[in-house]
Amino acid sequence: MEFHFPLLTLLTFFPVVGVLVILFLKSEQKNAIRWVALTTALITFGISLWAFSLFRSANPDLQLAEKYNWIRVAGWNIYYYLAVDGLSVLLVLLTTLLSAIAILCTWTAVEDRVKDFMIFSLLLEVGMNGVFLAQDLFLFYIFWEFSLVPMYFLIGIWGGPRRVYAAVKFFLYTMAGSILMLVAILYLAIQTNTFSVPDMLSVLPGLYAAGTISAGAQMLLFVAFAAAFAIKVPMWPLHSWLPDAHVEAPTAGSVILAGVLLKMGTYGFLRFNIPLFPNAAIQAAPWIAALGTIGIIYGAAVSYAQQDIKKLVAYSSVSHLGFVMLGLFALNPEGVAGAIIQMVNHGISTGALFLLLGMIYERTHTRDINVYGGLWKIMPVYGSIMMIASFSSMGLPGLNGFIGEFTILLGAFGSKAISNPWFAGISAIGVIMAAIYILYLFQKMFLGPAGEVTHHHELKDLNWREIVTMIPLVVLMFWIGLYPAPFFNILAPAVEKLLSALPL
Amino acid sequence: MHLSEITSSGFFFLAPWLVFAPLAGLLINMIFANRFKFSENLIGGIASAASGVAFIVSILLTYSLSLQHGEAARWRLAEWFSIGSLSLDWTFRMDTLSTTMMLVVSGVGTLIHIYAIGYMREDVRFKHEEGRFARFFIFLNLFLASMLVLVSGDSYLMLFVGWEGVGFCSFLLIGFWFEMDTLGRSSWANSNAAKKAFIANRVGDFGFLIASFLIFWNLGQSLQFDQVFEAAKNAPPGVIVAITLFLLLGVAGKSAQIPLYIWLPDAMAGPTPVSALMHAATMVTAGVYLVTRSAPFYNLVPDAQYIVAMVGAITALFAATIAVGQYDIKKVLAYSTISQLGFMVAAVGMGAYVAGFFHLIAHAFFKALLFLSAGSIILGIERGHHHAEHAEHADKSKSKKGKKEEHGHAEHGEEAFDPGDMRNMGGMRKTMPVTFWMYLIGALALSGIFPFAGFWSKDEILLDAKLHYPAAYWLLTIAAFFTAFYMGRQIWMVFFGEARTAPAKHAQESPKVMTLPLVALAILSVGGGALNFPFEGFHNLGHWLEHTLGEVESMPLNLQVAGVSTLLALIAIGISWLIYGRKPLQNGEPDPLKKALGFIYTGMENKWFVDEGYAALVIKPFDKLSQFLADVVDWRFWHDFVHERLIAGTYNWISAIALDKYSDKQGIDAFANGLATVSQRLSAGMRKIQNGFVRSYALSILLGVVLILSYLIFK
Amino acid sequence: MTPLNYYIALSAILFSIGVLGVLVRRNPLIIFMSIELMLNAANLAFVAFGRSFEIANGKPFFSGQIFVFFVIAVAAAEVAVGLALIVEIFKTKNTVNIDDVNSLKG
Repeated sequence: MEFHFPLLTLLTFFPVVGVLVILFLKSEQKNAIRWVALTTALITFGISLWAFSLFRSANPDLQLAEKYNWIRVAGWNIYYYLAVDGLSVLLVLLTTLLSAIAILCTWTAVEDRVKDFMIFSLLLEVGMNGVFLAQDLFLFYIFWEFSLVPMYFLIGIWGGPRRVYAAVKFFLYTMAGSILMLVAILYLAIQTNTFSVPDMLSVLPGLYAAGTISAGAQMLLFVAFAAAFAIKVPMWPLHSWLPDAHVEAPTAGSVILAGVLLKMGTYGFLRFNIPLFPNAAIQAAPWIAALGTIGIIYGAAVSYAQQDIKKLVAYSSVSHLGFVMLGLFALNPEGVAGAIIQMVNHGISTGALFLLLGMIYERTHTRDINVYGGLWKIMPVYGSIMMIASFSSMGLPGLNGFIGEFTILLGAFGSKAISNPWFAGISAIGVIMAAIYILYLFQKMFLGPAGEVTHHHELKDLNWREIVTMIPLVVLMFWIGLYPAPFFNILAPAVEKLLSALPL
Repeated sequence: MHLSEITSSGFFFLAPWLVFAPLAGLLINMIFANRFKFSENLIGGIASAASGVAFIVSILLTYSLSLQHGEAARWRLAEWFSIGSLSLDWTFRMDTLSTTMMLVVSGVGTLIHIYAIGYMREDVRFKHEEGRFARFFIFLNLFLASMLVLVSGDSYLMLFVGWEGVGFCSFLLIGFWFEMDTLGRSSWANSNAAKKAFIANRVGDFGFLIASFLIFWNLGQSLQFDQVFEAAKNAPPGVIVAITLFLLLGVAGKSAQIPLYIWLPDAMAGPTPVSALMHAATMVTAGVYLVTRSAPFYNLVPDAQYIVAMVGAITALFAATIAVGQYDIKKVLAYSTISQLGFMVAAVGMGAYVAGFFHLIAHAFFKALLFLSAGSIILGIERGHHHAEHAEHADKSKSKKGKKEEHGHAEHGEEAFDPGDMRNMGGMRKTMPVTFWMYLIGALALSGIFPFAGFWSKDEILLDAKLHYPAAYWLLTIAAFFTAFYMGRQIWMVFFGEARTAPAKHAQESPKVMTLPLVALAILSVGGGALNFPFEGFHNLGHWLEHTLGEVESMPLNLQVAGVSTLLALIAIGISWLIYGRKPLQNGEPDPLKKALGFIYTGMENKWFVDEGYAALVIKPFDKLSQFLADVVDWRFWHDFVHERLIAGTYNWISAIALDKYSDKQGIDAFANGLATVSQRLSAGMRKIQNGFVRSYALSILLGVVLILSYLIFK
Repeated sequence: MTPLNYYIALSAILFSIGVLGVLVRRNPLIIFMSIELMLNAANLAFVAFGRSFEIANGKPFFSGQIFVFFVIAVAAAEVAVGLALIVEIFKTKNTVNIDDVNSLKG
């Protein structure tokens, strides 16, 4: 393989440079630390844009690949293998963008141990980028587990009152699922003699055909992988860690958690479960669609009953990710592409909602929905941005959420794999319920008479830094809503390739 | 096939400006209005100009269309997205149907924009929120843009963008005074109304979504109108029935039909221009437009048509009965709107698309006129109210201070004065003459009195109903009777007799910026019938729409139908005069119908308790269910019991009791502790050597070296 | 040529002086000097032996001399580290008396 500039390695590990610089700064130099972290994150975002400019969307294959032998012992072919394709490129961009935004949003929110916070944030970015870029299961697993650690500390140190509980629960829950995946990875590697996913994909069909890996074993492997990813998504009924983690996490943590970490789960299904275990995926599609549908309705219903604003948005994630799962296992281009778009959308919209809730929390230090009210009158800019974010999350046409939801439901409705329009039909009720809980949140906080909280606090409208934080997200909401063609064009070839390999 | 149809002739290239013009207006106002302290006239002027540009574009498009004899034209602006077999464009569609809607929407819209300049100027002052003036026009322009997307879209999905867009604007505008109720008191009422409207609309949108999925997968994997209509010809009827019925759910949501009409009366919480524009003239007619647009579907399945017609007819009668029992001037008009929408839906359900559309246009004129006049009355009374208060305070203090106190009064007042309650009015024909005449014209048009627009359009619907669905005909005829009755009741109560309250006595006529649009609409209400006179050679609208809808039967005037309906309307007006006109209502006197009708009137007054029914049957159970799921199932059972108690608890038990106490403390620990004790004692002895003096360490090193060397040398 | 034994004797004497210095003095600087003395005594022995046995198997070799360079380098490094330690110790304890620095006492 000819040598080319290791752009993806640079992209993945560039935040480490920032970490090193920060290590040489004193803890008291808070602003310097913030600027270094922000600059690093922005440069990383720049690198991801650079990589994107070299990315050819018409090409459905892995691109910008870097494949080096890493560990070769006793037939274990472990590679250092980074590459990007249409399935992951948007998620990488989302990761680098949200990481920069998350750092910007903690400018004043985190005053305590800024140095550690920024180091963990940057390390988290390394882990997340690695997850989306790794094409070797061993490498993927390392990044997958590695990304847990900084998040654990972000929640555990800078979180709310029950932060330690939430952090431990988050860690253990995700860890428990990963163990099963590890076993499955080892089994696969032994059978195929490689850890590289593309290599596996060329070997596996033969093994399935020859019966070396029986249909039952394939299903077991599917379930083992699914266990790890389903917890991360989180799919109903494995969502119990999510509200705790979201409620306790600091704003930046919630943004990254909702925006990127959850996508790692759905991405795992897309990247590994569907292509590696095609027959099992088709067999499991109706079941996963059922769980997705339950998640949509259940998440929406539960979300409506919350009194805690962050918890409300956390449960809404369960509902939104249900849509993603439904779309993925529609196993047709509309559904899968819609699901990927919806992953991005959820990162943008829910990320924006968490950012906005964080901004008001910083001013009032309460998450009780009942003490708010009439904020739109007091903070018009804040109210307007919140309105856009809310309606984007609800799926108003013209904003991004609608594009994802519509294509997913359309795909699921006519899906051969799910082979039952009822799932999509019932899920469409989730669209009504989304309106109910989002409007409940928006009304209780922004409309109506001025709430109790306004008597105790002098509430100032957003400052420039906060507005700058929101602008890229708002622009993306309109962009994806009004002109999503470029995004779909990036996805389409890779999605078509993925699905053409399925025996449907 | 459809690409070749995309045309480049005429003015069609202007089509995107239908949407861009209002968007430009709203952007200008959004970015500059508050920053550069635009005057109110400028803000309103910009918004009205934007609307006016859209109207001019509509005229040019219609002109171009007439040049090519109504042949549909399409203008592709940009790709939207395509994935798999789904491929969508932002394409504008100009055919006789959509241009007609464009003209109505932008034309009436422009008049209402102008009117709103005058209305909002006073409204924001009465509510002490001058800063919100620009916001109103931003929302209004956004609405216009959405509505024009709705009518000009070339696929079901683009239509849906506008469809939900107008619902969103409706949410914003109903909740425009989001921190108060209609009387300006601090309350959740207005925001609740906004929320209710959006959610009811969303229920309808659910139907629309499902219908579009059915269309896509069953009718050739497209959402573009021409393609799906072509494919529908060979589709199984069951599918078409399903599509049409799900579309009907959407129609019921947007056009306020049974069972989803409940949001429209509450929507009157929005400022009156909004009620006129969205909740009477344009937005709510989107459902009628949708059915007409989907005519090729409905024509295939008579059963579905029958259901649509009956839903419309029942709604028409049901809402009309409620309107009789209302006291709020806008609520009466709201129920009247529902009722008239019922007429339209019934008409398009019967396949009488031209009649339905004719009524839609006529209704847009006279209902906008009525609403705007009602707004003028309300403001007039509000002015009178302030005038009266001023007079009261004049002795004690200067007017400025008086105003302040009155502000406090409005907020904490024991009983806020309701300027929209007809019981507070009376004798207004003297204080507000222009408004009176305009209102009278609107009311006569609505009641279907010859020769106003409503007469022609309503009779066309009744005639069609008589020919196709006798049941619908009777329902609609009775509804028409009620219509005339409640309009008569309103006229007598509001304009005749003596003023029942001081504010009504001191009411003042509205400025020209408000009355001129009224005059324009009044002229249209009088002459609108000319659009489709039922005489040979006059079916202009019918022939115009034929280009889109195919052959339309144009019927001559049927004297029997027209006679019956006119007679009934006159009788109804007569009865209303007997009850309300002959002996005007006194202040504090209950409605005379109350005695006469007893519990029936109570039902009408309370809207047949439908809202309460929904609260008990839908809203409360949903609240309870979600509470139950969240609290009991998710939190107490799943989070606390299963996860905390069962999983974490068992793990703790195993590690703490079973392993720690027995296996660990008495097994492994004992062994390890023994080892530790031994090494502890050993090291206690050794530690004495470590005295900490570097030189003694050096000495031991030296001794060691000497020893080793001696061994090596002397061995 | 001076006999090898003389060098060895001088080296032994220097080394013994160094050892004594390390053992009896309490000032770490002096101790360092004594260590230097011992190292240089060894250097002297290296050079002397190297000079005496410079030819092996018919070829000259300079391993003794080369070793001296290593020793010098190590000695320099050791002094640098040692002096840094002394400075730090003085900062914290305000004394450099070796007998006062006994915090490693068991």
